[in-house]
Amino acid sequence: MQGVEKKSLRDTYGAILAEIGEKNPNVVVLDADLSSSTRTSIFASKFPDRFFNMGVAEQDMISTAAGLAAGGKIPFASTFAIFASGRAWEQVRQSVCLSNLNVKIAASHGGITVGEDGPSHQALEDIALMRVLPNMTVIVPCDANETAAATRKIASTYGPVYLRTSREKFPLIIGKDEEFHIGKGRILRHGSDVAIIACGIMTSKALDAAQKLEEEGISAGVVNMPTIKPLDKDLIIQMAATTGAIVTAEEHSITGGLGSAVAEVVCESEPVPVMRVGMKGKFGSSGKPDELMDYYGMSAASIVEAAHKAVALKNEPARNGRAR
Amino acid sequence: MKLVNDAGELRKIARDLRVDILKMLAASGSGHTGGSLSAIDILTALYFGRMNHGPNIPKDADRDIFVLSKGHGAPALYAVLANCGYFDKSHLGTLRQLNSMLSGHPYSPSTPGVEVSTGSLGQGLSMANGIAMALRLDKRKGTVFCMMGDGETQEGQIWEAAMTASHQKLDNIVGILDNNGLQIDGWVRDVKGIEPIGDKWRAFGWDVIEIDGHDMPAILSGIDKAVAVKGKPCLIWAHTVKGKGVSFMENKASFHGLTPTQDELAKALVELSTT
Repeated sequence: MQGVEKKSLRDTYGAILAEIGEKNPNVVVLDADLSSSTRTSIFASKFPDRFFNMGVAEQDMISTAAGLAAGGKIPFASTFAIFASGRAWEQVRQSVCLSNLNVKIAASHGGITVGEDGPSHQALEDIALMRVLPNMTVIVPCDANETAAATRKIASTYGPVYLRTSREKFPLIIGKDEEFHIGKGRILRHGSDVAIIACGIMTSKALDAAQKLEEEGISAGVVNMPTIKPLDKDLIIQMAATTGAIVTAEEHSITGGLGSAVAEVVCESEPVPVMRVGMKGKFGSSGKPDELMDYYGMSAASIVEAAHKAVALKNEPARNGRAR
Repeated sequence: MKLVNDAGELRKIARDLRVDILKMLAASGSGHTGGSLSAIDILTALYFGRMNHGPNIPKDADRDIFVLSKGHGAPALYAVLANCGYFDKSHLGTLRQLNSMLSGHPYSPSTPGVEVSTGSLGQGLSMANGIAMALRLDKRKGTVFCMMGDGETQEGQIWEAAMTASHQKLDNIVGILDNNGLQIDGWVRDVKGIEPIGDKWRAFGWDVIEIDGHDMPAILSGIDKAVAVKGKPCLIWAHTVKGKGVSFMENKASFHGLTPTQDELAKALVELSTT
């Protein structure tokens, strides 16, 4: 998306968190020694009594957040996505989700755009890990404005949430004052040949890909799907029914994330070809974010290629047992 | 709840609770006998002798709160809660059954009086800290009591939480170590030794009060002293006996996760009726 303003999701999260803290004295914030990176430092400096730095102890942080929620608080716990979802997974399951406690896990540095820190710090499994948990809501905003709206919305909605933001600045796509609706996707561009369903940074790349496809004579729709769980099944079924071919795009493993979630719905309700763009069964490596996205096949060009395949599959002559 | 201060009276209550625990476990055919019996005297002292709580004020903002981090001691907690009136005693016979309100490990959504869900070892102290931090922010006077197993202190998260409590200077939390010396695979000292455990807690910034966890006056005064500690968290280091109260269950690792047969139940009840 050339020429479009870019803005940081984590900066926005930090600023909105401080704004929410002003309005709601029950909001408390925890971090695990990464407050300057996750931007919870803004809240910490404004409300030191309601900020708890738990040190390098993510498991303790999540269970402590659960205790604060049991005590009537609205805790936002932040660290890098890999540690929040991976290191502390069992605490998220046992301490938070099992009792449906009102803990908001706001993880920054999701995906491969973490870049230079390398594979140990690149969360490419977090959406899958969080999506399997009962009671959990999983949100992956596509830009800073959506991050702001989602942060406000989850603060006023009961229940455990995993909100994934990023280290990098993403192009602005969503309007500044648009409300966030948990569990709702949105059509950003209409198309009749194929539908691209994306979240996070891949939404902007999907729009780029759709533009390119149009130049090639393929009409591609684009859906921004910020809530991975609960998933907007109606919209997915509608897209499958009207286009007959789906491409998913996520900055995450193609196993278990948005692509899998969409495929589950499509297979059960409106079987059409689904091609998944994302990390294909590998760990990442160090490098510049844009380089890595291209290298590992998470670019607009990868989406274009997947769209071609999906459309070709759709148009194959009917075979025995195939619906279309 | 109206509290009992007489140690003899509390001992009688604990004996009756042991009977409930054994009947409950014999009926369910699965569950943790040894660790329920090692914990029950302390639980009795807390719920019947000291804690500000009750089924009439289950969500009172100033109540004291108990967290059973060693969640496998659930039968002891259920016996206590039923006898405090949080739910009808008839439910004790449904332990671990489908659609029972009494899950194998404490599960707060289904059991009145259970404050948080536990069972995966090591997480309860962190949750108890979180509750204590919330109480302090709201300037509430309640104390949070958190009981841990000794084998449980092999979990790294216990020590993360121990650091948190002392760093946050939480003096409204009281840890209780049910030091019965046994875990599933045998003696704690053989599986993976935790000594010197008292020194470890002191080194992590806690006051430590060492007691005999079956001596009712010692338990009561230990709780009183622990609650009075200011500026830092306090641990009641309770020396206990796994299977306490039933001779053939005492100090037997096999009774960690084993329940009494009908024969064993009958023998145990005879023993308890003469104490």
